[in-house]
Amino acid sequence: MIPSLPQSPFAKWAYRAYVTLFFIYLGLPLAVVSVFAFNDSLFPSLPWEGFTLAWFFGNESPFIGVFHERAILRSIGTSAFVAAWVSVLSVFVGTCNAFLFVRHDFRGKALLYMLMLLPLIIPGVILGISILVFTSSVANTLEDATGLWFDGLRPGLILVILGQFSFITTFATLVISARLQKFDPSLEEAALNLGATKAGAIRQITVPFLLPAIVASAVVAMLMSFENFNTTLMLVGSDSPLTITMFDKLKQGSTPVLNAVSLLLMLASAALGLMSLLFQRKKA
Amino acid sequence: MASDTSKLGFYLLLAPILLWLALLILLPHVGLFLVSISEKIGPREYETGFGNYSAFFTEPLYWRTFARTAIMSILATALTLLLGFPIAYYIAKITRGRTKTTLFLMCMIPFWVSELVRTFGWMILLRETGVFSQFLQWAGLVSGPVEMLYNDAAIMVGLVYTSILFMVVPLVTTLDSLDDSLIEAGYDLGGTTTAVMREIVIPHAMPGIVSGCIVVFMLSLGNYLTPILLGGKDSLWFTGMIYTQFITRFNWELGSAFGFLLLALSSLVVFLGLKLSGRSLSETMGRS
Amino acid sequence: MTETTPDLAPSDLECRDLVKEFSEFRAVDGVSFDVPQGSFFSILGPSGCGKTTLLRMIAGFQSPTSGDLLIKGRSMIGVPPNKRPVSMVFQHLALFPTMNIGENVGFGLRQRGVARAEIKRRVGEVLERVGLPGVSERRVDQLSGGQKQRVAIARCMVLEPDVLLLDEPLGALDLKLREHMKVELKALQAAFNTTFVYITHDQSEALVMSDNIAVMNKGRFEQIGTPQEVYHAPRTAFVAGFVGDANRIPVQVVDATGGTLTLKTGGGAPLKLDAAAQGSADWRPGQRAEVFLRPEAVDLLPAGSEQAEAANMVPGVVDAVLFNGANSTVTVRASDGSLMTAALPQTGVLAALRKGDAVTTRWHPSQARCYPVAEG
Repeated sequence: MIPSLPQSPFAKWAYRAYVTLFFIYLGLPLAVVSVFAFNDSLFPSLPWEGFTLAWFFGNESPFIGVFHERAILRSIGTSAFVAAWVSVLSVFVGTCNAFLFVRHDFRGKALLYMLMLLPLIIPGVILGISILVFTSSVANTLEDATGLWFDGLRPGLILVILGQFSFITTFATLVISARLQKFDPSLEEAALNLGATKAGAIRQITVPFLLPAIVASAVVAMLMSFENFNTTLMLVGSDSPLTITMFDKLKQGSTPVLNAVSLLLMLASAALGLMSLLFQRKKA
Repeated sequence: MASDTSKLGFYLLLAPILLWLALLILLPHVGLFLVSISEKIGPREYETGFGNYSAFFTEPLYWRTFARTAIMSILATALTLLLGFPIAYYIAKITRGRTKTTLFLMCMIPFWVSELVRTFGWMILLRETGVFSQFLQWAGLVSGPVEMLYNDAAIMVGLVYTSILFMVVPLVTTLDSLDDSLIEAGYDLGGTTTAVMREIVIPHAMPGIVSGCIVVFMLSLGNYLTPILLGGKDSLWFTGMIYTQFITRFNWELGSAFGFLLLALSSLVVFLGLKLSGRSLSETMGRS
Repeated sequence: MTETTPDLAPSDLECRDLVKEFSEFRAVDGVSFDVPQGSFFSILGPSGCGKTTLLRMIAGFQSPTSGDLLIKGRSMIGVPPNKRPVSMVFQHLALFPTMNIGENVGFGLRQRGVARAEIKRRVGEVLERVGLPGVSERRVDQLSGGQKQRVAIARCMVLEPDVLLLDEPLGALDLKLREHMKVELKALQAAFNTTFVYITHDQSEALVMSDNIAVMNKGRFEQIGTPQEVYHAPRTAFVAGFVGDANRIPVQVVDATGGTLTLKTGGGAPLKLDAAAQGSADWRPGQRAEVFLRPEAVDLLPAGSEQAEAANMVPGVVDAVLFNGANSTVTVRASDGSLMTAALPQTGVLAALRKGDAVTTRWHPSQARCYPVAEG
């Protein structure tokens, strides 16, 4: 039960075995994805045909590596573009929300806070179709009224960005609010007392304090945007982000290129995560 | 003057959240509902009515898929709780210091990897030419290739894998806050392991159990990738049906009705979960 | 073992040469004692002395490295905590917050499979005995600190344990309530007539409540005795310093013949002690030692009062008066600069003593204790 209570060696052993099995279960799919990125075979499966880097660097058919596969490279660019916008937008709105909820008291605050949490409990697919339906009807109305085209409101990158932004903002708000709550307002008062302006005090005292949370939420926002599938699927136009491209390829049949992309994705996430961890440790 | 500027600052802060919530959350859902109650009677001609909803209830394929999705999600939630609780308990109560941090971070790994990649991993493991099948053949346990993909068990494996982190994390947090001396006191007063679990540990962990279950259920219900890829074309998952209505059939009215039904079910479950635990949405969701 | 004392029941708790080793150090180092039935036994020591480890071994949350532990004559080695006839009141009480008071107190009975009505009756009974009738339905956080204390005791006592262990349960209370609970705990112990083993770092808790005190330091028992013995005849310098206040005077042995121990202080002043009152008898001239003298053993003679010549009389000047009601003290500076603290009775002429007044200190050779200082 807990270390201070006697336990039979068998129970202790069985418990450890279960925990070990669990972590194998957790790691196995990721391990096979990584390993088969280096298999010199046309299919990501056994038998092992030997080690190759062709699925990364190859440029001869059928061994076209990630770095020579146009569609994938383009979709990585698209994903990065979307992720950057989503991250900037959601961190900006999240920071505003944090100040609003932590620093201000107003009527309907509790209600607004609950509404802010709503995107957490709306399935991503629903979020996607609701935005799709809404923007399409707005576009229809506007086009009927003006006779102009409103392509921005049709499925495409703008809608993908808005769709991801709509729920990632909630996470950013939560992370930044939590940090702002720990801020001692008397620090800001001290700065004002020492002659700083209100804006100067926020810029020099409060924002540096919030920076770790802002960076963390930006990283999380990027990751969530890169990984998002459900909402994106409903809003995507002709330029598809990486997950959608991979999904389409996966439906056609898997090649080790997908393993190679997956491995790169994992490495990028790990690097991002490590960076934000180091950044927070330095700040804290 | 000062109060004027602070008023202005307040409205400047209020503007983004109102725009966000109104334009991207509230109005779209109102719009979704309006579309779901309109029936097409001719090209660009609609009339208000609940025809889409009655279509759902009269066509067995629709409501059976809905029920199947709900039941599978409940099953996945129960399984996740059952498998995740001992892990969370181990991390929170048995390990200390560095081991604890390491194990906890290892549980977070799936979060850092795209769901697509995780599902792809399971496909490599489970399919006919996959690692498990070949291993079993090599070991001489089976004579020919075994297809382990495209069945409900595979969906279940994938759903549990995808959502277990959202069960383990809140459980570790609540179990961490359970003072060891309460467990010791339970033993000291003559309690057996089962009794201490049932009367002390589980009641204490209830908030974590509820919030974990809510999140896992919602994630399973709204999942699209895992059932489609691991369950195959005939996986009959409700999100897949919504996708078909919207993208393939271009029947947005029926699709919207489906979407609303799914939203209603997930909201109902959240509501029941919160009622059961007697906590507010802010308390349950605000900390994860 | 029981053959040697056929007319006596075995003691409730007995430890034989109990040792607990952790990887880096010995938390409990060869502790032996026994606690007779129905007595209040305290283990007193500074934090980190091993008393908590000892208590947890008795409760079963830690297993001894070697030695034996018997309750009512039965060895407890290998017996899990839920099978031991001991109950424990935890430091922070460990009342289950998810249960109400009645469920908390009834927990142990439920584990034994006692019938529901019977549980209800016994819970009501024990709550009445601790002076809290009718609180069964309340939540834990609706009770005051002192009430929680009594519930924690009731939760154990309802199981009628052979030994009740208490892990500094008064530590979290404020001073006033702590004073009150000391008296109440002692009264509860007497009423239940159960053996209490109480650990604390607070000497006054131990002195007020206990029948016997064990003073523990660095994993060992320095002394076991009644509160009076421990206070008036401390066996070691540690005990003398830890229990009660004392003036500590570094000295050198001058002469140890003829029933009197003659010493001199660093300033050269002579001191005389009764050799018979000392634990050790093996004194060598020139040996370094330390004298412990209780403030209340020091007599104060105001200037001008009649002063018969006696041993250990030192004239001095009042350095400071620390007024604290009945516990007031005065510090007297002797001509060689050394300081002596004496109790200051708030009656008679001494109550008017002020800083700068001339006063003579005097103490009887039988009142002080002297311990050799380890050389090196």
